[in-house]
Amino acid sequence: MEASDVRRTLSRLRVEQVLGAIVAVLLLYLVVDLLRQLVTGTLSTSTLQQYLWRGIVVGLIYGLAGIGLSMTYSILRFANFSHGDLLTTGMFSGWSAAYVIAGFGAYNLGNLLLVRPNNDPTPGAVGMAIDSQPVAILGGIVVAALFTVAIALAADRLVYRRLRKQSSIALLIASVGVAFVLRYLIAFVFTRSNRAVPASAPETTLDIGIASTTVNLHEMTLVVSAIVLMVGVHLMLQHTKLGTSMRAMADNRDLAKITGIPTERVVLATWVIGAALAGIAGYLIVLNTGTITYTRGWTLLLPVFAGVILGGIGSVYGAILGGLIIGIVDEVAIIWLPNEMTMAAAFLLMIFILIFRPQGLLGGVETA
Amino acid sequence: MTESPADGVTDASTDPESGASSSDPSPAGWGDGTAVLEIDGLQKQFGGITAVDGVSFDVEQGSITGLIGPNGAGKSTTFDLVTGFTRADAGSVRFDGRDVTGLRPHQIAQAGLVRTFQITREFPDMTVLENLMTAPPEQRGESLARSVLPGTRRGVIEQERELVDTVWETLDLFEIDHLAEEYARSLSGGQRKLLELARAFLTEPELLLLDEPMAGVNPTLEEKLLDRIHDLRAEGYTFLLVEHDMDLIMEHCDRVVVMHQGAVLAEGEPEEIRDNERVIEAYLGGNV
Amino acid sequence: MTDESDDVGEDGAGPREQDSRGPLSDMRTTVREYTDRITEWMGERSRWKADALVVLSALVLVYALITLLAYGQGLDMNGIVNTLVRLTFLMAAYGLLVLALNLHWGYAGLFNIGVAGFMSVAVFTLAFVSGGQGVGLGYPIWVGMIAGMVAAAALGLLAALPALRLRADYFAIVTLGIAEIVRFTVKSDWVDDHRVLGREVGLGAGSSIQVPSAQEYVLKLFTEDGTSRADPTFVGAQLFELGSWFGIDRPTVMSAGYALLLVVAVLLAYVLLSRIAYSPFGRVLKAIREDEGAAQALGKPTSRIKIYSFVLGCALMGLGGMLWQASRFTVAADAFMPIVTFYIFVALIVGGSGSNAGSIVGGIAFVGLLLQGPRMLPRVINEQWESVPEGTNTIYEAVTALGGADIMPLIGYSIANIDLLQRLFVGVVLILLMLYRPDGLLGHRKEVAAATDLSRPEGETDD
Repeated sequence: MEASDVRRTLSRLRVEQVLGAIVAVLLLYLVVDLLRQLVTGTLSTSTLQQYLWRGIVVGLIYGLAGIGLSMTYSILRFANFSHGDLLTTGMFSGWSAAYVIAGFGAYNLGNLLLVRPNNDPTPGAVGMAIDSQPVAILGGIVVAALFTVAIALAADRLVYRRLRKQSSIALLIASVGVAFVLRYLIAFVFTRSNRAVPASAPETTLDIGIASTTVNLHEMTLVVSAIVLMVGVHLMLQHTKLGTSMRAMADNRDLAKITGIPTERVVLATWVIGAALAGIAGYLIVLNTGTITYTRGWTLLLPVFAGVILGGIGSVYGAILGGLIIGIVDEVAIIWLPNEMTMAAAFLLMIFILIFRPQGLLGGVETA
Repeated sequence: MTESPADGVTDASTDPESGASSSDPSPAGWGDGTAVLEIDGLQKQFGGITAVDGVSFDVEQGSITGLIGPNGAGKSTTFDLVTGFTRADAGSVRFDGRDVTGLRPHQIAQAGLVRTFQITREFPDMTVLENLMTAPPEQRGESLARSVLPGTRRGVIEQERELVDTVWETLDLFEIDHLAEEYARSLSGGQRKLLELARAFLTEPELLLLDEPMAGVNPTLEEKLLDRIHDLRAEGYTFLLVEHDMDLIMEHCDRVVVMHQGAVLAEGEPEEIRDNERVIEAYLGGNV
Repeated sequence: MTDESDDVGEDGAGPREQDSRGPLSDMRTTVREYTDRITEWMGERSRWKADALVVLSALVLVYALITLLAYGQGLDMNGIVNTLVRLTFLMAAYGLLVLALNLHWGYAGLFNIGVAGFMSVAVFTLAFVSGGQGVGLGYPIWVGMIAGMVAAAALGLLAALPALRLRADYFAIVTLGIAEIVRFTVKSDWVDDHRVLGREVGLGAGSSIQVPSAQEYVLKLFTEDGTSRADPTFVGAQLFELGSWFGIDRPTVMSAGYALLLVVAVLLAYVLLSRIAYSPFGRVLKAIREDEGAAQALGKPTSRIKIYSFVLGCALMGLGGMLWQASRFTVAADAFMPIVTFYIFVALIVGGSGSNAGSIVGGIAFVGLLLQGPRMLPRVINEQWESVPEGTNTIYEAVTALGGADIMPLIGYSIANIDLLQRLFVGVVLILLMLYRPDGLLGHRKEVAAATDLSRPEGETDD
């Protein structure tokens, strides 16, 4: 054995495998501790299942939002820092529509359009829940998607298109500018206040898994919508010509290099799909968590990024998987960490992945 | 598959005289037998493709060795492996008797093994002067502390002035002195080649790996540069060139290594290689 | 009388030519001596004179504009001066931070969007080390400030070691993640209650805490205990006297003192970074930014160099954070949200990334024109306009009023929400910059990185 061979194996061993070993040990410890807590009764199975359920619900949102972010990253070659504000756009446009549909004629139009800036009318009075106002809620989803797509296309035409040939950093910076414009325009129009939007939805207790879990109807709506949309995206990617070319552009770096800048058709599709999903994701997260404010989407940006990176940039399925993992980690980490730190844990996970496996779990592509 | 150099005379003296110090090259011409670079069994796979498959050859001190082969033979990859830009799957590289396998690129360059790039890698947003001033080794001012602290900065400024002299000599030699204050990105292709070469020269290397150095350079200047290469060779520098210009190779190289499909096909003096049937067939596209 | 035998003019004129003008030539000599010494300090090649001119021009322009606005607000002399002092303070704070970011990004090509995190780490380390009243360790402020810079540098090292080999945008996301992790950590109750070295950490768990500040040192130069009502020191008395001639009250004079401290800090940072820029180290940094692989092929240990510059930049960011935020005496974790980092970036882009002078000019322009200026407008409008427009509660009402040809409600609403419009304006400016002038104001300038003049040496002939 040559000294060079030893040196080579040693350096490979040093970095990847040692860190992998540490992570494996840590995970093992957590799993063992989890079992211990379950067994000793510190943690009940129903609580654990509740955490898991909530994690999945939130994770689906991250995944839905992440699809667009991942596509933009791999096809348009830049990290879109305005993506979070696309979620906010969907939130406000969708719920504005929902309130107008539900309360038109009965309440002040301004208060409806601007989604209760003065906390009047109350969500309960309008009946803003899926069981009492299904048309409004579902209509909101549609409007959220359409409006967000319009905004994203406008941003592309006005800003990103002119920077297509620039470095990914230049586009990133421009997207920060777009984020500012969107966010503060929304704040200007809809005011800064943080207010409740949906009314509470009926809950049921289901006996699934190993324990009973309380599930409310809005969560169900969210889950069903998200899954339907993801299946739709999957079908489009696998069975349409457009989908195939999108996958090719996203997955295959050499192909992307040869064909250069993607066709306008693929670009259009990227924005349409990505923005629609983002808008809907924003709308749904408000349906689930109850409050709306102009910074909501921005605060979601990093977790969504974390999910996309975890899953692997360029892979739509990776974005979904990554989003789910981040959502679950954020919820389940409460078992070990104080509440404020769970998201920090998710970020640490993302940083870890970026450093040791930048292609993520399912990805394999790098842009530029 | 590893082809042993069947044809031609390879100089049998791969004499591991590892004591040969690089700081004081003897003016003896090539043929004194010391191998300054010993490559043994390099392997590299990319995905499913074997780019370099058991490459072994030596480069003798003070020689001008040519590395040729059809496109895709693995020449640039071999350069990358030797200079640390890519990590080899297997095999070893010895430079001046010292094992440099697996070392980082900057460490190998510091040891005296310097390369140029086929597609020039000048620093675009820096002037030609800045590009060249970056190259010389052991600049005291490259330490943050020494550049900033009052006492030591004076020494830095002195060294800078010396470097300026050297750099202007090089600028004149390569006839790009009129471009000195231009940004490198505004240079033509041929001018960039010259810049790349000049920059490599300024690193005071012991062995220069030149990746298609003459592509795009006009014949007069090419002659001049080759003269310079020969002069330097007489001073003890060693060169390993990748070139497609057969005349150049035949006329100026002491020895030629032929690669094909990731392995060494033949080694020897230019005349032998020229008459080597397998080499001819490889170039014509057949499999050997 | 100066010693004229040493005096050689710029054009090589001997001492003889200079002796006829007496005191004027004395002054000129002294000035030249000082400027030469400054040139030596900056780095022989530094274009500091040209830079100073540009910076001063920018300052004059912005001062003029803000003075105009302040006057329009109906402020008296003291009010105007106070406004300018606050402005200067902010410009200097931004200048310092932008210089640090320029080292990272403009020189080394490291895209760091976690600046706020490094500022925050320093400030809260200062709070802990120098905190009093039962919380924190209670060391003197200057100890705390050094500790803060060390903490920021350490965090920078921690971030740099694994992450510097990442692509620019991945590295950016890592820095952002780190900054947010810092913010969450400072905000958390758990950390707040934790005990380190026997003392409660007490970082406020999200609410504001008292932070000891270097401002104390400056204030104590003016009065016995640093408050404006106390007995003045000798120095303080003179300055208060001077101030009262112009109608400027004590607090304003004392604020001016602290703003001056910040200006000194910026100038020192500028000198430091100028020396770095005009040196082989600066040159290698640029080379690394341009093409790290090629720099490695020339034998440069790029990782090490990147780490040094990154850590230095982080320490400067920590200093900037402490001098700036800690001047308010109370700080909360949320004072370090990502928007702070983005503002610093905008300032850098406005000024021109890669240029140290551009960093300062960017700070001046950003604070004056994009930050403070717009926010002064409401009071100007209120002051100048007879009928103060009633701001409506929502934009809906304002827009419907447009139907009745009444734009006042909309104007009123806009004024009431001027800070939102200001931020929107920043976004628009950023987009326009990236589209039409990504080099900013001074980014196109040739700042050749060398410690000496690179022109062809004397006595050489061209072949």
